[in-house]
Amino acid sequence: MLGLRRTKDQPDAPAIRVQGLEKVYKMGVEKVRALDGVDLEIAAGEFVAIMGASGSGKSTLMNVLGCLDRPTAGEYELAGIPTRKMSATRLAKVRNERIGFIFQTFELLPRSSAIQNVMLPMIYSKKHTFGARGRAKSALRRVGLGDRMRHRPNQLSGGQRQRVAVARSMVNDPAILLADEPTGNLDSNTTTEIIRLFTELHNEGQTIVIVTHEEEVAGYADRIVRLRDGRVFSDMPTGEDPLHLAFLQTIASTAARRAQNKDVAKTENEPESKAQTEGMPA
Amino acid sequence: MIIVRLIMQTVVLALGQILANKVRSMLTTLGIVIGVAAVVATVAAIDGLRGFVLDEFETFGTNKVFIDGSLPQSWRGRISWREVQLQPEEVDAIIEHAPSVTAISPQWRASARVDFENIVLDSAPIVGIRPQWHEVENRQVTLGRPFNMVDEEQRRYVILVNEQAIEELNLPTSPLGEFLLVGGRRFLIVGVVETLDLSGMFGGGDSRAEFFVPFSTAVILNPNGWINYATATMESPEAAEETRAEIDFVLRTVRKLDPDEDATFDVEIPQEYVEQFESLSAGLVAGATGIVGISLLVGGIGIMNIMLVSVSERTREIGLRKAVGARPLVILIQFLTEAVVLCLLGGAVGIAIGQGIIFGLQQIPNAPLENASMPIWAVGLAVGFCAMTGVVFGVFPAIKAARLDPIVALRHD
Repeated sequence: MLGLRRTKDQPDAPAIRVQGLEKVYKMGVEKVRALDGVDLEIAAGEFVAIMGASGSGKSTLMNVLGCLDRPTAGEYELAGIPTRKMSATRLAKVRNERIGFIFQTFELLPRSSAIQNVMLPMIYSKKHTFGARGRAKSALRRVGLGDRMRHRPNQLSGGQRQRVAVARSMVNDPAILLADEPTGNLDSNTTTEIIRLFTELHNEGQTIVIVTHEEEVAGYADRIVRLRDGRVFSDMPTGEDPLHLAFLQTIASTAARRAQNKDVAKTENEPESKAQTEGMPA
Repeated sequence: MIIVRLIMQTVVLALGQILANKVRSMLTTLGIVIGVAAVVATVAAIDGLRGFVLDEFETFGTNKVFIDGSLPQSWRGRISWREVQLQPEEVDAIIEHAPSVTAISPQWRASARVDFENIVLDSAPIVGIRPQWHEVENRQVTLGRPFNMVDEEQRRYVILVNEQAIEELNLPTSPLGEFLLVGGRRFLIVGVVETLDLSGMFGGGDSRAEFFVPFSTAVILNPNGWINYATATMESPEAAEETRAEIDFVLRTVRKLDPDEDATFDVEIPQEYVEQFESLSAGLVAGATGIVGISLLVGGIGIMNIMLVSVSERTREIGLRKAVGARPLVILIQFLTEAVVLCLLGGAVGIAIGQGIIFGLQQIPNAPLENASMPIWAVGLAVGFCAMTGVVFGVFPAIKAARLDPIVALRHD
């Protein structure tokens, strides 16, 4: 069975299928089970958020999903292709052609312009030897940076840098986009900007998996997978996730209280600004 | 296709990297620069000197042999100087029994007073020669006729002069038929012999008045003289060794020398000096190449060091490149190319500096280095050596980069 679908894409296969995934690190004599039997299936076109406290294994899972790391045990099939027995070179090819990465710290080459950064994955790809520049240009236009192509990363804002990174991740038409805390280094306005970009890409049919610890960001996904101690602790649509619902409720009640405070402030004739600062959610 | 594009991109990247760290790159490649410049200049100087010397030998004749008598230490006190001088019969024996000798002429030197009308040259050099002398010395007559066997056998009082003699004696421009008084005897001028343009290295340079008479006549003029030396030609420059052996055998047989006795004669073949000089200059070039080898080794270690620094500085970049799909081999090629580009740049600067030194050498007055120039093979060798150094010393850092784990590399700070 596995042998038959080693090389060919399975159009009906899920984008990601993970079974009994384990990852054990040896720290001296102690063994740390970063992943302890993860089962997960993500269909093509889904937008999934992976959440969990630090040490829950979400980064390790991300690395395995991104073919950057190999699991100690278990199966990982990417679009129906098992990755367990692949060589380092084959894995590099898979990363190049099927996976788009977005990092918390952007990871742009500092001395290269935006367009050169976007072209980087195509340098290593046989598919896009010709027309690489054109593809990079349209990817940059897609993320709204058509007028910033020749800028270097240090001439761009944080949000713009992350847009360049998103353009870079999309340029080889990957099967999945993997984003590891993509908004971790951004302020709330830019966060919204980037996460809206993800939503748009998702609406165009892109499969997206993001790792985040912000409930607000996770709220844009269709589905939230929560990890705890290297296992899937909960996995349900965003609208049904009790923790997320609780978060929304907290937000709503905070907003309500702030509105109330505002009214009180008005009646007591106190300076508006002070009340606002007190009322802001942390 | 992809690899060519990748290497081109890598070269651009490497140049950018080198430009971004100008001082560092300069210091790193200094060893290579100095080594290449030194060897280029040395090789060019040796080559120029070699060309100069070989040219000199060329004008002199590459198949000439000098034979004369000698008195080695072991024979001192047993025989006299006069006894070891060449005899005319010995000269005849050589031409008869040494097949690789094509012509030979002994030279009997005398000096005598020369009169023409009221001009007198006291003790002018008179040289007795055989007709073969023209062939051996490659000096033909420009006017009149050369000596022939009749002159020699009949001991005729005929004489050849050179241009300088015509001038000094105020002879007519065409002096044929004029008579000179040599040692009180009348000699008929039958020809004017050409003066070869020899360099100072071989006794040329200042041309003097020369007078040539038939060998047998010279013996009458100065019966107490002797054969100063004999000049001969051998069939080809390559025949030096066998010519020496043949002459040695003939003279030892005539002089009844035992094999363990020292020879009482000398055979000198300039071509052998040429060969010695060739092997000397080849040795010098090899030595210079060895020195460049050492300096490239030192330079290469510098390159390796800087490449290791570069790999650890750019660990995150390597991690990112791997994450977006650079295969290990591609990373290896990238860093290898960078090392090679660095070495080749050093080599190019070295060649340029070496060229400057050569230019300087050419300007030195009176040094025989006007023709010093860098042979193409030396440029090729220098470039090849530099590229090789880049590969040899770049491969370890490149492997280190290629084997980095992408996750570890991305987390590196």
